[in-house]
This record gives sequence, C-alpha cells and structure tokens, in this order.
Amino acid sequence: MKRIYVNEQVCMGCHLCEVHCQLKHSQSSDMIKAFKGEDGRPLPRLRIEERKPVFFSLRCQHCDEPACVYACLTGALRKDPQTGIVTVDENKCVGCWTCALVCRFGAVVPDKNHHRMVKCDLCPGEDVPVCVANCPNEALIYAEIEQPSPVKV
Amino acid sequence: MADNIDKVKYLIIGNSAGGIGAAEAIREVDKTGSIAIVSDEPYPAYSRPLISKYLAEKCSLERMLYRPADFYEKNNIKALLGRKIARLDVDAHLVEMADGEKLGWQKLLVSTGGLPIIPPTKGIKSEGVFSFLTLDDAKAIDQYLKHASRVVVIGGGLIGVSVTEGLVKRGVDITIIEMKERILNVMLDEEASAMADKAVRKAGVKIVTNHTVAEISGEGGVSSVTLNDGTAIPCDMVVVAIGVVPRVELASGKLKTNRGIVVDRFMATSSPDVYACGDVAEAYDFIYGMNRVTPVWPNAYMGGRVAGFNMAGVSTEYRGGTAMNSLSYFGLDVASAGMVMPLDAGYEVLSARYGNIYRKVLLKDGFVVGMVFVGETEKSGIAYNLMKDQVKVDGFKKALIAREFGLASLPDELWRPRIEAPRREFVPPVAVKEPGEEVAVE
Repeated sequence: MKRIYVNEQVCMGCHLCEVHCQLKHSQSSDMIKAFKGEDGRPLPRLRIEERKPVFFSLRCQHCDEPACVYACLTGALRKDPQTGIVTVDENKCVGCWTCALVCRFGAVVPDKNHHRMVKCDLCPGEDVPVCVANCPNEALIYAEIEQPSPVKV
Repeated sequence: MADNIDKVKYLIIGNSAGGIGAAEAIREVDKTGSIAIVSDEPYPAYSRPLISKYLAEKCSLERMLYRPADFYEKNNIKALLGRKIARLDVDAHLVEMADGEKLGWQKLLVSTGGLPIIPPTKGIKSEGVFSFLTLDDAKAIDQYLKHASRVVVIGGGLIGVSVTEGLVKRGVDITIIEMKERILNVMLDEEASAMADKAVRKAGVKIVTNHTVAEISGEGGVSSVTLNDGTAIPCDMVVVAIGVVPRVELASGKLKTNRGIVVDRFMATSSPDVYACGDVAEAYDFIYGMNRVTPVWPNAYMGGRVAGFNMAGVSTEYRGGTAMNSLSYFGLDVASAGMVMPLDAGYEVLSARYGNIYRKVLLKDGFVVGMVFVGETEKSGIAYNLMKDQVKVDGFKKALIAREFGLASLPDELWRPRIEAPRREFVPPVAVKEPGEEVAVE
C-alpha cells in the first residue's frame, strides 16, 4: 500500500501539514470557518515531532501488523483487508487509549472533548493526502515502498 | 464411537478476544476449513470492557459488539452460542455439550477466560450480591438498581473501579472496600494510585483501604456489610470485584495446568492439537521471562492470533505479553505496563511530575521493565515498545520522563528507518507508482 513517509532533512516544522489536515477534517472545509467558527477546532490527525534542529510530521503508519487494531477493546479499529488502511469507527471508540499504549510511533491522537481517538485516514477521495500535497518542501512523500522489515507485533 | 458425530476442523471454546483473534487468524490463512465457536454466553462477541458503559448509560448490544453483526456468517463460522460444554476428551478429540450432543474437532482452542473470585465471606450468596465480569452481570446489576441506592464494591482494582465508574453515573452512593493500602495497587505505583484515589473520591465515592468485608448481612437482601474491624456500612447492594481466576474446569486433569493452562511459545498446551490463550492461559511474559497469567484483553487477542495461525499449520511464535492496562475513568487517563514497583534494590526508578501529568519508568540493567503514565498517555506506546523490543535505553533514559517526550526524543536509528523513505539506492523498483511521478528522496 501507499504510505506517507517523511524526509526529515528538509522538514522545517512549519506546521502547514497540520493546518491542511485540520481543514480537510473540518465540517465546513472553509479555512476561516474551520478555525474560527466551528464548534471546537478540528483536530489534526498528525503531529509535529521536534528536537531542534530535527522536525518531522508524524501520523499513523497503517502498519502491516497493526498492534492498535489487535489491542482495541471495542472493535472500533479495523484494518481494511483490501486497502490496508487502518480506520477507527468513532461511534464505537470509547477513548480508553489502549491503542496509544501499543503504538510504537505515538501516533494516536486523542480527541478528549468527544472521548475518542482520531487518526490519519490517508484522505479518502484525494489522490494524494492533503498533508503531502501541501508540504512546501517535499518533506512528505506518498509512495508504495516495500517495507524492508515489517514491524512485528 | 458413532460415525454420525459432527466434526469441525477448528473448535474454539470461548467467544471473546482470544477466540475471535484465533478465528480471524485462521481465516487469514485457511478460507475454507470449518470453524465452530462455542460459548455459554448467548451473545455475539461483545466488548467486555464496555459493560461499565452499559451500566452507566445502558448502551445497546449493537454498540457493544466487538465485531460487525455479520461476522460469523461472513467468515463462515458456526456460532454455538448459549451452549455449555460439559466435558472435554482430548484423546478422542471430542467435546460433549451439557445437552449430551457431541462435537469432534481436529484442532481445539481453549479460550474460556476467567471466573470471578468469590471469597467465602458470610452472606456472599445473598440476593443483591453481584460480580462484574459479563454483560449478564451488568444486566443483573442494572435491574437490581431499582431496589438499591447504596452500593458497596469489594475490591479497588480494575474491575472495582470500572463498576464504580458505571455506578456513579447512575447516581448511587458507593463505597469501595480495598484490602490493601491503596486502590489499583496491582497496575499502579503509589503516586499514580494516589492520583486515581483523588479522582475517584472527587466523584463522590468513598474509599476504605486496609480493610476487608467480614460479613454481608440482611434478610431477603442486603442491608449492610461489616468490615474486619467491626464497622458496619449500610448498603442494599454488594459488587464483588476482587479479580478473576483462570476458568480451567474443562482442562483439569487433561491439560497441564498451573494457575492457568500452561502453553508454550506457540500457544500449544501439553496435549497435541490443543491450544489455549487469554485469561485461562499461562503464557510467556517477556518482562518476567517466564509463563504468567496476564488477564488483559490485548494479550488475549494476540495469544489467540498466534494460536490460530499455529492451528492452521502456519508456525508462529508468540513474542510474549505482559500486564498492561490503559484506562480513562473519572476523567483521569492512566496507562501502565510491566513491573510498576521495583522488586528489589537492583532497579533504577526514573519519575517526574508535571502538574497533573506523572510519568515513571523502571529500568533494569539499562532496559525498560515497567512504566506508568498518568494524565497524558498518548505517547505511552513509544515507551511500551522500547520495553517490548528490549532496547537498551541508558543513553537517553532521561528523555523518557521529560515533559516533551516523543519519537524525536529517541536516537535517530530508532525512528528514522521506520518513518523515512529509504534512500534512493534502497528503493525497490516497484516504488514509483505513476509514470512521471518521481518519488522524492534524498
């Protein structure tokens, strides 16, 4: 499957990926409304990791062996056998954060207001996820790369 | 033996995390071999941890379902629900149901889970005394709440706190009686327990530690409990939440059993073609380096998954599990794994407190062997996996408890190869999908 990879050496931590992710997952898809009008700013499904001068943008890696899916207490997390995308059913998630306890990337984003997790969905309907498409420095790469050694659970 | 006995290729006893994990693994590698799942519970697989939510807000069974309603049909699994198995014959590869029907199998998984620990306290069999493990337990408590406004919960562990969370939302008066000096004393250290204690009390719950219930009294119901020091606490309901023991009754005398059914690294029991996982099993714990009962949901699923592959002939080794829990009750997020208190002086303890955030790791010889995260648990998995992968952390151990902890806190070699695109020379030829759309590397 195609995944999002980073090129840390050219990431300057501008947070544009985050802004576009928020916009994409907002109700209105309107930048001003999404950030100033909607009931609670939409959450980005990625986060910027930094240890200056190191920056990179991090989100769910849709692991081949998804520890979060196996650990999920409610069955809210699934890995689509066809696309490989790991999805969360936000109506089933109760926010126990067991997924966070097993995610080696620390990629789980808790939505504490609604007490459920949100995650990268690789932007359904888009050819290229919006974080990648809007990265000014090509610090994000959307590509199908055979994983040299799939992460074992 | 009669030839007309039904026979399946895979028989799974137990319809919760372990059983479903096995069934899903089997179907990944064997699309057609017959599978039957037997459970004495009448429901399709549901999320046991959600029974607290059921109690709180009577959420529907549909919302509690662990898998979609068409799971059994879609996977061609025969679900024998509400059926009890009376006897297991490992030599003849048969089980006998309580109604006398026999069922043959080629490979068997025992994932029968646990049973609540019920102490021999006087009055424990009274009406109004409940355990809290299954949906039926939650339903029974829910019904009985019509007659009850004051509840005593015996046990301040995970089950006790979980039932309390549900009950608080029903507006009843609750007292937790904990035998040891603090609640959640198995999964948390002192500081984290104190934070949990505060959060639970803030919800109006009374907590009595260092006490046990000596007697449950009442005529035709419960009217009070008497503690070991003679104090009486008036109440109309008691929930026994001491813990679970492996439900080994089918295996007794047939499979090697210690506290639970002993399994090897392939989740195989002492008997050929018989596997076990979940709360009933004693499987490898990678922290203690030995078999232990670790009755937690994720380990049940993983053990089941490994068992399922092996049952279907795909040899798969269990990496092991350890005690691990993540909870979000009473507005407090808590995650812990491994050893939360040092066994002796040979451990190094690192901890830090930032307001309502608490973080602790326990090290042994430079390796993480235990962790507690409170107040902010979203990156706890990074530490958990350092522990599971047995990564030596001496060089960056302080980063694990720093306020700003994340993947970038780790040495490069621990994150770069996993999230960076490989350099051009390592990209296999299939990497470029669209003509003209070069993969940007370097």
